[in-house]
Amino acid sequence: MVCMDSNLQESRDIEIDLLLEAVFRKYGHDFRDYIRVHIKRRIDHRMRISGCEHISDMQHRVLYDRHFFEVFLQDFSINVTELFRDPSFYLTVRRDIVPVLKTYPHIKIWHAGCATGEEVYSMSILLREEGLSDKARIYATDYHRAVVQRAKRGVYPIENMKEYTLNYQKSGGRHSFADYYRADYGSAVLDRSLRDGIIFADHNLVTDGVFGDMHMVVCRNVLIYFNRDLQHRVIRLFMDSLLPGGFLCLGKKETLRFSGCDHLFEPVSNSEKIYKKRLFDSGDRIRRDL
Amino acid sequence: MNAYEAVVIGGSAGGLEALEIILKTLPAGFPAPVAAVFHLSPDSDNYMVEYLNRNCRVWIKEAEDKEMIHPGRVYLAPPNYHLMVNTDRTLVLSAEPRINYSRPSIDPLFETAADVLGTRLVGVLLSGANRDGSRGMKRIKENGGLAVVQSPETTLAPQMVEAAMATVTADHVLPPDAIGALINRLFGKT
Repeated sequence: MVCMDSNLQESRDIEIDLLLEAVFRKYGHDFRDYIRVHIKRRIDHRMRISGCEHISDMQHRVLYDRHFFEVFLQDFSINVTELFRDPSFYLTVRRDIVPVLKTYPHIKIWHAGCATGEEVYSMSILLREEGLSDKARIYATDYHRAVVQRAKRGVYPIENMKEYTLNYQKSGGRHSFADYYRADYGSAVLDRSLRDGIIFADHNLVTDGVFGDMHMVVCRNVLIYFNRDLQHRVIRLFMDSLLPGGFLCLGKKETLRFSGCDHLFEPVSNSEKIYKKRLFDSGDRIRRDL
Repeated sequence: MNAYEAVVIGGSAGGLEALEIILKTLPAGFPAPVAAVFHLSPDSDNYMVEYLNRNCRVWIKEAEDKEMIHPGRVYLAPPNYHLMVNTDRTLVLSAEPRINYSRPSIDPLFETAADVLGTRLVGVLLSGANRDGSRGMKRIKENGGLAVVQSPETTLAPQMVEAAMATVTADHVLPPDAIGALINRLFGKT
């Protein structure tokens, strides 16, 4: 019956608020607008492992123990991603987006919340096969510096390669996937040349600013961890980062529908959640027409 | 007034057949929401939702991220995403790593629903060939909810319900049609 004691629940909620506030004020990482149940589950997980009895104990450790904060930060980053995750997404990019990208003299793509980089390299492979590598620049960012470093290395467990090869084939891949990596002591090391044209950087979607003049922003399965208010702010940020006619790619179960920004984009693929920034702000036009 | 407010259901191999039997017993306008996790292949389509809707009177739909929960609806976790109940009682999805080798996994739905609904939750675990759902059932019982499992001899694969029964004392161990009747009784319809 422990969890149903509403008094206890209230106290725990206050403790979580204070913990997130402490992390924000001390380290600048802002998790206050993340979906609460995800935050709670991660805190519970860390409490069990670390032997902290109360959330307040964690707050103390986070404030005074830099190493513990790094662990806490690791808990909060959701690092699951695959090479060519959702193959149908890449298939749609090849079919519907690439022909448009080919019309530009150069292309800038932002992978926001790139985690360990699998989707960034997937895009790099796709661009190479479509003959766009030389004129493309990819900006791959995540808020967690250690994660960005891992993304930069491009080394993944070899046992995942079977699944990734299958994904690659389903995504419209035209070569032998094995040509893109070499096996090295239980790891798959991606071809270094895939990194050409990728710039890795830390950037926090919650607290940092615009990445300008993008032709495409890819941010898949990141917004689902944000509450509506924060989602809205981040989509605004993407909106301001995209050139008119630029593409916004979200995760399969993410939508612009409740963002308050949907009038600024037109859907390109409803099933793959690919949107195109309108050439003009239809809201402005409506206001002008009035 | 009903003592219970919502139902969560989980299953794996052979579980969908049992789910169909249970859902068929529910009347249109069933007064509570149902959220369900079944292990499906990551690229399975909407077939299951369409199939169940053709054969049941309650409305079955794929759960959407940040969706409000309504009575009389059955929310199925989409393939390749975990389904959970947020503290504000909305449904949320997550792309976190597989739990018990599964995404969606039954445990996170059961645990988060138990935390929010406590004594007002009914948890139902059906046929399956792994151990997913045991931790969730434990949390439901700890928080005062009702634990119902499919009787092992009526399952296609008994491992999941047996694992749960080794972890918690189930309140009811029943074949699927009797689980349907029980749910109807608990929510005031006979």
